[in-house]
Amino acid sequence: MTTTDTPPAAGATSAASLNPRRRTFKPNTRHIPVLATLVLLALMYGGGIANYEKFGQPSVFVNLFRDNAVLLVVAVGMTFVIITGGIDLSVGAVISLTTTLTATLLQGGWPPLVVLVLVLLLGSLIGAGQGAVIHFFKVEPFIATLAGLFLARGLALFINQSSIPIRDETWKAISQYRIPLADGVVTKPIALIAIAAVLIAAAVLAWTRFGRNVYAIGGNADSALLMGLPVGRTRIAVYTLSGFCAALGGVLFSINSTSGWALQGSGLELDAIAACVIGGVLLTGGSGYVFGALLGVLVTGLIQTIINFQGDLNPAWTRIIVGVLLFGFIVMQRLVTRRAK
Amino acid sequence: MAEQSPVLEMTGIRKVFPGVVALDGVDFRLYPGEIHALMGENGAGKSTLIKVLTGVYDIDGGDITLAGAPVRINGPLQAQQAGISTVYQEVNLCTNLSVAENIFIGREPRRFGRIQWGLMRRRAAELLARLDLDLDVSAPLSTYSLAIQQMVAIARAVDISARVLILDEPTSSLDTSEVAQLFAVMRRLKDEGVAILFVSHFLDQIYEVSDRLTVLRNGQLIGEYRTAALPQVQLVEKMIGKELAVLSDVEDEAQSSREKAAEASPVIEARGLGRSGAIAPFDLTIHAGEVVGLAGLLGSGRTELARLLFGADRADQGELSIDGRPVTLRSPQLAMKKGIAFSSENRRTEGIIGDLSVRENIILALQASRGWTRPIPRRRQDEIVEKYIKALQIRPADPERPVRNLSGGNQQKVLLARWLITEPRLLIIDEPTRGIDVGAKAEIQKLVAELSGGGMAVLFVSAELEEVLRLSHKIEVLRDRRLVEELENTDGVDADRIMQTIASGATS
Amino acid sequence: MTSILKNRLFWPAAILVVLLAVNVFTSNQFITIRDGHLFGTLIDILRGSAPLILVALGMTLVIATGGIDLSVGSVMAISGAVACLLISDLGDQNAVGPVLLIIAASIGISVLFGLWNGALVAIVGIQPIIATLILMVAGRGVAQLITDGQIINVQSGPYATIASGFLLAVPVAFLIAVAAVALIVLLTRRTALGLLLESVGGSPTASRLAGIGAKRITVMVYMVAGGFAGLAGLIYSANIKSADSISAGNLIELDAILAVVIGGTALIGGRFSIAGTVLGAILIQTLGVTVVAVGVPAQATLLFKAIVVVALCLSQSPAFREKVFGRLKPRPALRAEVAQ
Repeated sequence: MTTTDTPPAAGATSAASLNPRRRTFKPNTRHIPVLATLVLLALMYGGGIANYEKFGQPSVFVNLFRDNAVLLVVAVGMTFVIITGGIDLSVGAVISLTTTLTATLLQGGWPPLVVLVLVLLLGSLIGAGQGAVIHFFKVEPFIATLAGLFLARGLALFINQSSIPIRDETWKAISQYRIPLADGVVTKPIALIAIAAVLIAAAVLAWTRFGRNVYAIGGNADSALLMGLPVGRTRIAVYTLSGFCAALGGVLFSINSTSGWALQGSGLELDAIAACVIGGVLLTGGSGYVFGALLGVLVTGLIQTIINFQGDLNPAWTRIIVGVLLFGFIVMQRLVTRRAK
Repeated sequence: MAEQSPVLEMTGIRKVFPGVVALDGVDFRLYPGEIHALMGENGAGKSTLIKVLTGVYDIDGGDITLAGAPVRINGPLQAQQAGISTVYQEVNLCTNLSVAENIFIGREPRRFGRIQWGLMRRRAAELLARLDLDLDVSAPLSTYSLAIQQMVAIARAVDISARVLILDEPTSSLDTSEVAQLFAVMRRLKDEGVAILFVSHFLDQIYEVSDRLTVLRNGQLIGEYRTAALPQVQLVEKMIGKELAVLSDVEDEAQSSREKAAEASPVIEARGLGRSGAIAPFDLTIHAGEVVGLAGLLGSGRTELARLLFGADRADQGELSIDGRPVTLRSPQLAMKKGIAFSSENRRTEGIIGDLSVRENIILALQASRGWTRPIPRRRQDEIVEKYIKALQIRPADPERPVRNLSGGNQQKVLLARWLITEPRLLIIDEPTRGIDVGAKAEIQKLVAELSGGGMAVLFVSAELEEVLRLSHKIEVLRDRRLVEELENTDGVDADRIMQTIASGATS
Repeated sequence: MTSILKNRLFWPAAILVVLLAVNVFTSNQFITIRDGHLFGTLIDILRGSAPLILVALGMTLVIATGGIDLSVGSVMAISGAVACLLISDLGDQNAVGPVLLIIAASIGISVLFGLWNGALVAIVGIQPIIATLILMVAGRGVAQLITDGQIINVQSGPYATIASGFLLAVPVAFLIAVAAVALIVLLTRRTALGLLLESVGGSPTASRLAGIGAKRITVMVYMVAGGFAGLAGLIYSANIKSADSISAGNLIELDAILAVVIGGTALIGGRFSIAGTVLGAILIQTLGVTVVAVGVPAQATLLFKAIVVVALCLSQSPAFREKVFGRLKPRPALRAEVAQ
């Protein structure tokens, strides 16, 4: 396939009977959920500024990334999994395992870099194992990753049940480092890592064969196989990626809290799935963007922020509002897919 | 064309499944620049032959040569690499991706690992322009009609390997203008020298577009013909064949009840009933004690008609009345309340519930109509089941065996028993004798005759004309999703007469 | 038929017996009578497994229809919160009548949550796992809202009885579980509900064509699951004499699904086994108790569970059996010998 840059045949006007351009000027159905989330985010942000005095300060928005860095990284991996039509319940437990292991090894005097590589590898390995079980043995993703959840959290609790402080200099240094963005606005390295993860993932999804194969499998795995795409390899890679992201999330967690605890990150898989759905990633697979997952995380983060600003509100409202949003977006997705058929 | 050598040649192909010889010494030749139709009824071996060609099945005997060189096809990918591409009825693309991606996925133009979207879109547009298609290649495939999706699939297939293109029932869900579009594309490819293997159940389409055709029946080659030189009646005859009468006494029984039926009152009457895309509006009246046969080729709308009468699909036009009172059949439940029973042609997916026992499968419909709060007492279940196992000679006669372990014929009898115990007034049976052995077939035919003798109205759907002729009082002939003629089954009507109607559409 | 059932439940039953045997040796009191009540490890296990049995029973029916209910843990939290809130408002927390009324009301509310799930699945047509995810997320928030983020303590004798009381020397909680099992067995095997459930789970299309009203049955099943989860939530909160909306029923959906799978009910729906589910639930509870008794940290239970899930799922996966045991196929005689 050499490049033959001939312009599209200009004279190729179709016969009258061939008029397949049936598209009218309406927004792409794939973009509707993301647009809806963007509008929602803008409304919430606007509402916050209108109601609370200091809400408009840049630091409020910037801190969203700092406070939700772990969730963001995990949601990125989850996005890949969900686009293939799967689900990964093990991410929260992988975070626990990572933080516990990191803290334990650092306490044992291992070199920080070795620890970092090791835990990231372990997370990837757990993911790859789940992917292999799902692909080769046709076990449902829900069950396979549930086993992964038990395994990872079990291992974490086995290593240590109580919170382990991290006194390693490198970890502490990263934790305390502040990056000035503007006058009076600072952020932490973990926020930048999370944003980098989003950017890299978005590029991979949009511009690589692997990324497109992920969409193809979610659209129709049988077709993908018949079209000669590496379905098995891609599927395993996706769970590996999710495991890696969870481990990375665990590392960020341990940096942020300079500790490791086996109960950390419990229930985070739900938050990640919820963020993806709110961000327009279709749970039936085949549609969604990393950018959407980012918006989903920001929406949940903003709910939290608003509730904090309100002060007298029960924090439980976060979950309820997230649940209501989930309901709204799931029903909307259902309507959109139904109309597409 | 005759002096050319074939691009694809299959000789003596043999394929055996446990208990069945699916292909028995079949020869097939495909020349470049021709559209070749593969014809045959259900079980003739068409799909097996296509699966052999696409590498889904390995062959048990015979040779395949491609452009003169012998090949062994091990899988869809390898078939593609060898130059054989297939487009199925169910479009095997990813509708969530854009048109351009569907053509190029897995082969995207890249630079430093990054997909060159612009180049890809340009190439896709060029390729489609070759097929006279002007599409927005960056739009998701799902925004286009099935016909366009099919053509995109063809574009992909052609771009990958342009020697042999297999189109497996591409037209079954297209409307007339879409079919015309598809044919235009096919002709264009033919002119470019592509060899096209075309499967369709619509005779008109075969005659419109194909140059030659090969007929299979029961896994054997019947012959290879020039389409233009083979009259439609002969084609239908070759496809259906003539089966020797197995049971003459059934016929006698059917004859004797014929007079009775004509006087009885109508059980069900359809006026202009239809469903767009499935079956054109039709009129049909079925009387008590009458057996009405539906004749027609596969895909002629037999099943679609039957499903409308049971409420399995909802009619979108026309009226239906039962016992003279108008009804709208919104669901099978409602139809059952009105005394209608329907046994589907898809025994495995729409009939039996494999996990459940013979007993449970038999009482299922009766239980459903009673609701869950009024269970059928176990003793009565056993009585009913025992009675029907005996009456229909279901083997093995073990009511507690999971039904999935029974043979096809016995599963069919279980389904018949399921509906008979609901004591329906109209029994619709779709292909009850397909894929079952001769003995069971005869038993089922006999049963149908007996039931109608007892006053039950029966709508009998079958691909086998002999069977329809033997059992029915009245025969409805379907063709291309349309009920074209109603024939009283008198002495003047025979298989030839029906085949003629199937082949030519409505008679004068 | 019974022999197949025996085979399928043989291994879980064997493991249970072994675990119980371990307990006989490790615990100083396996079963004894004190103050006219039964006491000991065995009784602890039976009493402790009541909530899981209840939740798993409902889950079994849901799974039989080919669905799943992730929201049971949240429903448990809500019902406990509602009951404790109402009881704490009572003038006399020991009045039997009002407490019974409150218990009934809490279960009623749980049934309504089940109705919500069922409607989303059967009428709106959302995948069960997604539909019940909504309530799983929001439900716990609702529970926290009811308790206003506090832990509500109650001092109600009648309420505490459902968890820690004894009736005829047997723990009340266990009796409730037994009654629930009896109710479900009656409901599914004495009426035609069981058959219709298995039919819907086995093949929705064939069921529709056989005239089964799958929607109504599906909704009903989720309502039963909701009601039982509510009852389980009451037992949980009565046991700790307070409403803890954060840890009540936390992760119980996973245990319940596991109990169902151990009990031999396939996740794709169809045939289900109530006896198997009960066995599975007791096995899980016993595993937890035994692990502690042997001196392994309680948290290692999760590791054991992971191993059990993996082993069970792989043994249920046809692809796995084919890949691993496929080579044995040509020599069935050999395999028969090995099996004996």
